[in-house]
Amino acid sequence: MDSSPSFTRTEEQIMLARTVRELLETHSDPDDIREMSLTLDAFDRDTWRNLAEMGVIGLHVPEVYGGAGYGFVEMAVVFEELGRRVTPVPLVSSFVASTAILAAATEEQRSSLLPSVASGDVVATLAVFEDAHGQPGDSMTTTATRRDGGWVLTGSKRFVTDAPVADLFIVAANVDGGVGLFAVSVDNEGVSVEPVPSLDGTRPLGTVTLSAAPLGTDAYLGGQPSPNAIREALDAGVVALAQEQVGGAQRCLEMSVEYAQSRYQFGRAIGSFQAIKHMCANMLVAVEHAKSVAWHAARSLDDPEEALIAVPLAKSVCSDAYLLVAGDAIQIHGGIGFTWEHDAHLYFKRAKSTSLLFGSLGAYRDRLGDALGA
Amino acid sequence: MTEHREQTVVADAIDRLIDSYPPATTEAKVFWGAQFDAGLAWVDFPEGHGGLGVSPKHREMVQRHLVEADAPTWNRTANVLGIGMGAGVLAAHGTDEQRMRWLRPMFTMDDIWCQLFSEPGAGSDVAGLSTRAERDGDEWIVNGQKVWTTLAHLAKWGLLVTRTDPDQPKHKGMTYFVVDMEAEGVEILPLYQITGEAEFNEVFFSDTRIPDDQRIDDVGAGWRVAMTTLMNERVAIGGNPVPRNHGAIGVAMDTWASSGTGDQATRRELVRLWGEVEAMRLTTLRASENMKAGVPGPEGSTGKLAWADLNKEVTSFTVSMLGLEGATIPEGYALEATTYDTREIERVMSPQRHFLRSRANSIEGGTSEIMRNILGERVLGLPGEPRVDKDLPWKEVPRG
Ligand SMILES: Cc1cc2nc3c(=O)[nH]c(=O)nc-3n(C[C@H](O)[C@H](O)[C@H](O)COP(=O)(O)OP(=O)(O)OC[C@H]3O[C@@H](n4cnc5c(N)ncnc54)[C@H](O)[C@@H]3O)c2cc1C
Repeated sequence: MDSSPSFTRTEEQIMLARTVRELLETHSDPDDIREMSLTLDAFDRDTWRNLAEMGVIGLHVPEVYGGAGYGFVEMAVVFEELGRRVTPVPLVSSFVASTAILAAATEEQRSSLLPSVASGDVVATLAVFEDAHGQPGDSMTTTATRRDGGWVLTGSKRFVTDAPVADLFIVAANVDGGVGLFAVSVDNEGVSVEPVPSLDGTRPLGTVTLSAAPLGTDAYLGGQPSPNAIREALDAGVVALAQEQVGGAQRCLEMSVEYAQSRYQFGRAIGSFQAIKHMCANMLVAVEHAKSVAWHAARSLDDPEEALIAVPLAKSVCSDAYLLVAGDAIQIHGGIGFTWEHDAHLYFKRAKSTSLLFGSLGAYRDRLGDALGA
Repeated sequence: MTEHREQTVVADAIDRLIDSYPPATTEAKVFWGAQFDAGLAWVDFPEGHGGLGVSPKHREMVQRHLVEADAPTWNRTANVLGIGMGAGVLAAHGTDEQRMRWLRPMFTMDDIWCQLFSEPGAGSDVAGLSTRAERDGDEWIVNGQKVWTTLAHLAKWGLLVTRTDPDQPKHKGMTYFVVDMEAEGVEILPLYQITGEAEFNEVFFSDTRIPDDQRIDDVGAGWRVAMTTLMNERVAIGGNPVPRNHGAIGVAMDTWASSGTGDQATRRELVRLWGEVEAMRLTTLRASENMKAGVPGPEGSTGKLAWADLNKEVTSFTVSMLGLEGATIPEGYALEATTYDTREIERVMSPQRHFLRSRANSIEGGTSEIMRNILGERVLGLPGEPRVDKDLPWKEVPRG
């Protein structure tokens, strides 16, 4: 759907990008980010509060639920900037969870859950994966059973993004012969969270264990199984990650070019060596291609038919692009690029782990093949 | 004219053209002549020279409307060097008389054009060329050899760069001409390529005379004109928005469908490639949108390089999907000159032949190495390489 909203950004979107970038550049220091990435619960709460004050966290949430009611394209602009800075804030998780709530919940549940998510007071995340290779829903063991007019949840969710810092989990469980979503507070009885060291220290992961956790009736979103809501939320997540991938890759390219201009060896700037220059040229192609598909995916999210193609396309192209560019960025920086002191590894780790989140590259390529009738 | 006014002018011209010359019943050449006279050949050119003097961004609209009206657009590649490059050169550097003389028959395909840049000793480094032109009154006398001249065997006119002053540094002593390919002293020999066909030729000049009124721009300005040519060429290759599944990737998808192997690894690789090609396609669309909006960015420069790499990869993958069939070549090999009937070419070109042809993609129109230099230096601002030949008089530059 080439004619749907244009690739060219509006004045307002450019302003938004600039504001977020300035905020991150002044408040989120790379040294602090590195420091936080040594912990299991990296979370820059000051930046989160700042983003909340700007109204960015609930940008896409309809105004009736306390958000700003913007489209996904605006949200995309924010994710690109976050990817550029790799500041540890759980915005992707929060966005995915709120998308799931919007897709699955009743009016009443939305009104009770979304305002605090949109304001940033509550950090929410989607908990659907149970093993390293499965798709959500595949041989899932977490089960919800009715008891005393409410529910009891038992099972374990792994690789939950931002679990160590989350207040609210949207948990997938077997129920009524299908897969339903449940809103589970971290303070709920029977809920425990175990942080898991993540390859990308700037995006924490954790295991959420539900040991006969008792829940009220209203915890069951929509009161019926909602497999499509999970798909929708993960798709939104993949598209959000694609913007992050673009932002990170663009930053890696810029760092590499700056370094290639200023680092001298053999009496020449290393960027005058073709081995380096050509690497940069290839990185540029990858970055420009990634931008095109990421932005296309963002504008296609409201168009179910095109999204079938655009979402897995974004996963496929942006993941590979970021991996290439972040890897080459280390190479171009030589020894210094391999040090903890340098930013390159933050991006490299992001690139690898992002390509694995919310479903494998292979799985998305299979979906793209299905969409193309291949 | 305001943007809106321009749009109306162009739209009206299109309507009138299609009304007066219904594509279904008009012979192609007649239609093209009428299109030229209506100012819809290159809308941004001056009136009377195939244009309406409006912004080049309306070209896309013309193309779109003509395609929708089923106007004859086929087979234009046979004159791509004229329509895609020569025309731009004449617009930027030609005189009114030269434009009057050459543009219309070029557009109607009565005159085919070719590009005489590369020489045995000057390919990527085209500024090193040694074909000599010496002044003789109102004429120039040309001696030397060009090589890889696509379409020379069908061409009436050639875009020729020559050396006129060997004592100047190489970029300075060149002069640009339009040469009559049927003139005395022009010898054209087919040069067969790895597919067996000869799209290109060797061209020899022996005391060939060119009237001075066929000189383009000033004496010594040849490099400037050559740069205009190459810029137009690189836009013509890989710069045009195409529909989804166009070209090699469409063939790859069809090949997969008919192979029936169902192998998952193959399918994933195919889909990965489809994604890369789609990313390139969307980038071209984004580039043309940004161009129209007046905010061109780096996305407008990556097409040629990306296209060359991907076309090679996709066509090779398609041949692999054929299994042992891929070890055959249905048309066989025969040494023959290309006719350039693109409808015919598209009908008969096998994936195997496409695979072989694609190897030229990273050589023709500037090699991929040169494209990476350009992206690195002009788009990303990386420093150039130390140049040993830049300020030396051309005749002292080492060659080989
Ligand atoms: C199908 C086809 C059609 C063509 N049609 C025409 C035509 O119509 N008219 C015309 O004038 N020419 C034409 N050409 C010629 C084409 O432009 C040249 O082949 C091309 O510019 C390369 O020049 P070369 O072949 O001399 O290779 P060289 O320049 O000798 O290059 C050899 C290798 O060295 C590399 N190299 C050279 N310089 C550098 C550098 N600075 N940095 C890094 N690597 C470098 C190249 O990338 C290449 O890999 C055609 C070529 C092909 C294949």
